[in-house]
Amino acid sequence: METGPIVAIQAVNHWFGQGSARKQALHDITLTLGRGSFTVLMGPSGSGKTTLLTLIGCLRAVQDGTLRLMGQDLHGANDTTLVAMRRKLGFIFQAHNLHESLTAEQNVMMGAQVHPSVTDDHAGHAARHLLGFVGLADRVDYLPANLSGGQKQRVAIARALVGNPALLLADEPTAALDKDSASDMVDLVRRIGASRGMTTLLVTHDNRILDRADRILTLQDGRIVADQARTIR
Amino acid sequence: MKRLLQRLLGRLPIGWLQLTHNPMRFAAALIGVAFANVLVFVQLGIMTSMGTATLRPYTFFAADVMISAADANALTDGGNVARQWLLQALADPDVVDGMGLFIGNVPWDRGDADISLTTFGVDPARPDLVAPVIASDLSLLEVQDAAIIDRLARGMKRDETAAIRPQSPLSFESQGRTLTAYSTFAGGGGFGGDGYMMVSDQTFLALFPARRSTAPDHILLRLRPGADVAAVVPRLRNLVSDPTLRIRSYADAAQEELTYQQTKRPTGIIFGFGVLIGVLVGLVIIHQVLSTDVADHLREYATFKAMGYGQRFFIGIVLEEALILGILGFLPGFAVGATILTVMGKVTTLPLAVTPSMGITVFAGTVIFSALSGIIATRRLAAADPADLF
Repeated sequence: METGPIVAIQAVNHWFGQGSARKQALHDITLTLGRGSFTVLMGPSGSGKTTLLTLIGCLRAVQDGTLRLMGQDLHGANDTTLVAMRRKLGFIFQAHNLHESLTAEQNVMMGAQVHPSVTDDHAGHAARHLLGFVGLADRVDYLPANLSGGQKQRVAIARALVGNPALLLADEPTAALDKDSASDMVDLVRRIGASRGMTTLLVTHDNRILDRADRILTLQDGRIVADQARTIR
Repeated sequence: MKRLLQRLLGRLPIGWLQLTHNPMRFAAALIGVAFANVLVFVQLGIMTSMGTATLRPYTFFAADVMISAADANALTDGGNVARQWLLQALADPDVVDGMGLFIGNVPWDRGDADISLTTFGVDPARPDLVAPVIASDLSLLEVQDAAIIDRLARGMKRDETAAIRPQSPLSFESQGRTLTAYSTFAGGGGFGGDGYMMVSDQTFLALFPARRSTAPDHILLRLRPGADVAAVVPRLRNLVSDPTLRIRSYADAAQEELTYQQTKRPTGIIFGFGVLIGVLVGLVIIHQVLSTDVADHLREYATFKAMGYGQRFFIGIVLEEALILGILGFLPGFAVGATILTVMGKVTTLPLAVTPSMGITVFAGTVIFSALSGIIATRRLAAADPADLF
């Protein structure tokens, strides 16, 4: 079993645009995320949070510096490698991004079936189990249109977790939720993460959930300006 | 259906679920594909019927070689040939018999409808040069103004033609003469006439006083059994003095006329374009439906990409949708197309029907072009960038 950091970033820089329009989004980012940690990434809009999240999530190519994900160097990695690495991750988006034509169960199954070895039966069983875990056992056959905002986000959590990812990346997952739903959602993610040894990196503006984090990173103008470790009581 | 597809694909049938999620749009897409299929079936049916109708008169004769004028692209087209070439051709040791074939259209004012019969003037003493079903009655034509008429001709009543026998002939006026039909044969309406009629060459010349017995439209030759047509034809070209004549095997003559009718004559080209337009309409409809569907689901596709699904998965979904649309759209298209052709066939007496080969061809074409539309539509998938989700 690997014991090193799940994410190890060394002197990463990232730019958008070309020529005179070229703009640097990340400056000399260096950080590591330990296994099982729950880290919140904060910062104002345009500070580079999303860029960093997409680099760690293998959704963009690393331009400069070193980014090792679960021991795999992503610098210069080809598309096949990036796709394979993404299968080891879980994503939760600000908008739930559930497929409107699929039921809650089918949406969650999609998270499992990305692994070619997973059978339909296994995926369906795992999907129902996780939906039960997030409190939606009685909604497995519902289409997203018939679920509330909080319920949709819980389905999205189940979809992100059904593949048993080593790293969960969440982008403003509580933005569209009321206070109680947001609190429940973060508690749920934290509880599952703790039980599975899963690392979580959560981007948020939501101060309501800071007290759940065991580490808070703050980005500003593409630089890490604060790295605060916390002890959860 | 969902379970069947799930078993076939080994994954959730996302294409099917997407299509059926919006039943109205799905129904509209199927109607569009069915409409394109109907267009193709009708145009293909007419084209096939033209082919059948073109080849039909060739089945009335039992020749091995045909000599025609240089400009005779069809049985009823082109100039005459001199009868002396028949005599020259008979000098070949493999040619055992021959006759001049005269062709003209004979109008028949039937009171309620004027019909036109494509009339063949043949030598009644040459039964071996006509099809066996006609040969048995050919001697009837030795009587002046006798005829054997097409019992399936357009405008003819079936009970009227069924009663025609040597004992109960049917007489009618045409070209200022009284013709008497003593028997019938099965032809049918074509694109150049309402039906067919056989008369003796002498009766033909009486019907068409401007024509001369020395200049038939074609010369039909019969070879001895076992003779090699391919070897005889070049010999005949050397033997017959006029190098401009078209000397072909009878089968080649029929095939060349078919090609000519389908590719050179306006009707063939128009029906060919009809098929092409039907295919294009189907292609555009399926492509439009799939492109819209892909555009509507870009965000979901981007999410799947972020989760680690590769390009093959997305192409699989789009192809799944394309094939569902193609196959399910084909079924009503086939039913409506077959009905239209059957009704048109009854009205026109043309051989219009969906043949098994036509059904298989259109089905295969629908599946292939649906897949092609799907492949074109997958180009839009490139726009689904998972990085944009954040």
